[in-house]
Amino acid sequence: MARTRTYNPDRDVNPWTGPYRSYDLAKEIVVTFLAVAVIAVVLAVVFGSPDEKSVTLKSWSTADQVDFAATAITELDGSSATAQYGPPYNDVADVSQKIGPISVESALGVHIPVNPPQDFVLGPLSTVTGNPQLTKALATYRAASPAQQQRWTAAYETAVKKATVSDGKLVVPPGAYGPVAVLIGNLTQLATSGGLDASLINHAGFYSTDYTKSLLFVADGGYFSSLGDAHHLSGEQWGMMNETGSYPGQPWLWLYTVWYQVPPFNGDNTFGANADAYVWILMMILTAGFLLVPFIPGVRSIPRWSRVYKIIWRDHYRAQR
Amino acid sequence: MTTVDRNDVEAGVGLPEDADQWTAKIRGFLMRNLPPGRLIPDRQPSYMASWIYIFGALTMGALAMVILSGGLLSLEGPTWWHTSTVGLFVNSLHLWSVELFFFFMVVHLWGKFFMAAWRGNRALTWMTGVITFMASIGAGLTGYLSQTNFDSQWISTQAKDGINAVGIGAFFNVLNFGQMLMWHIMILPLAVVAITILHVLLVRTRGIVPPIELEPADPATAATGGEG
Repeated sequence: MARTRTYNPDRDVNPWTGPYRSYDLAKEIVVTFLAVAVIAVVLAVVFGSPDEKSVTLKSWSTADQVDFAATAITELDGSSATAQYGPPYNDVADVSQKIGPISVESALGVHIPVNPPQDFVLGPLSTVTGNPQLTKALATYRAASPAQQQRWTAAYETAVKKATVSDGKLVVPPGAYGPVAVLIGNLTQLATSGGLDASLINHAGFYSTDYTKSLLFVADGGYFSSLGDAHHLSGEQWGMMNETGSYPGQPWLWLYTVWYQVPPFNGDNTFGANADAYVWILMMILTAGFLLVPFIPGVRSIPRWSRVYKIIWRDHYRAQR
Repeated sequence: MTTVDRNDVEAGVGLPEDADQWTAKIRGFLMRNLPPGRLIPDRQPSYMASWIYIFGALTMGALAMVILSGGLLSLEGPTWWHTSTVGLFVNSLHLWSVELFFFFMVVHLWGKFFMAAWRGNRALTWMTGVITFMASIGAGLTGYLSQTNFDSQWISTQAKDGINAVGIGAFFNVLNFGQMLMWHIMILPLAVVAITILHVLLVRTRGIVPPIELEPADPATAATGGEG
């Protein structure tokens, strides 16, 4: 027996029995493509596109040696944002974002290993040859106890904020830094020479296309974030949906970035502390809702309630009358 | 072996002994659902008379421009446009084609929403449109990450936190330029184009949605869906 159901105007249609009109589909496709091509060419010629040069470790350390050194010491002592990030980069307990008690980030563990003290500082310095002072400083630092290392780095971290640059070299007020001043001074020189950029690329042989470590190091610095602020790209400035210059960027991301601007996600609470995880889960739910609009009672009735369809098909309804 | 006329073979007149063939079944499915007049129509229902209908075609026109300009960009590699005036123009063309693509697609989407275009067994058409929109957002993001400039650096280091927070970043590393470039020029364009083709074929199969009618024209035949 055939199943019957009640007609629902939000789900069903009346089969069309009215007239058909001439419609040249091929012509429409060609004409609309040409129209779009002309508009795109005009916009490209008139407005162009932004191309702000990328920040390298060399350009950063040359422009702001003190900020570079102040960041480098946090990489060495493990207090930088990257060193304290946790999965997927390193194994730091209880720092990953959570939804209630669940942290997917932690559950998946370390997939892209990054060890800032070794990868950003000690490893690149170990590749420098013909510098006995540096070789000795590395050996001294490695041989010291963690507590001793921490005393040296803590003292240097405080002092480097008062550092100056003289004749292109970093000058830090004297103090009990042990070998740390030599390490950071040499790392800064390695960076200004461009050598650190090459050291931080993930090599799988001769070629490489992975800049994960370089980007994490650069992003830990105040210099990079100050450039982002200057280009109106910070999180509170609607972040990554923008791009440099007066260009539209990715306005289609507005519904994602808007949550970071409003309570509770921008507040000093559990939602604010885990905003990325909550916003992503919220967006997944909203996306599922968007996908399933045809099946959601109430939502699928909005077109009928709004009566916008009366405008779209006004000729049809006029003809019906 | 049954002999058949060449004209019947070319017209797709199947023999009963071939009815179990996969090929024969696929051809039968296509001929039932996409006869030539439905696949490439030269007539449309008279209610198709609004400027909103043009935005679907405009979206596809912009998608063609995105692919064309992206193809030109890929001829010389990902950093060419930084040092070439021609490259910068092609990059600008790509950027503005993308902006137009999203603009037209969003207007098309809102138009279809207010037409409740999922009615009459067209839910899959709506859903493929939404999936295309989502895949396009991924293609747009990976495009920004593949620019090899400050925008790529900034957007990738900002985007990593959200993606890492839900575990996706462990496998989809937005800081890995090579991975993002491959997603941008291979996986996501294939997805967008494939789902767009499916979306268009569904539109052609089901026909454009008839106007909203509050009451069934004939209670006996209501709720069947379809154009006519």
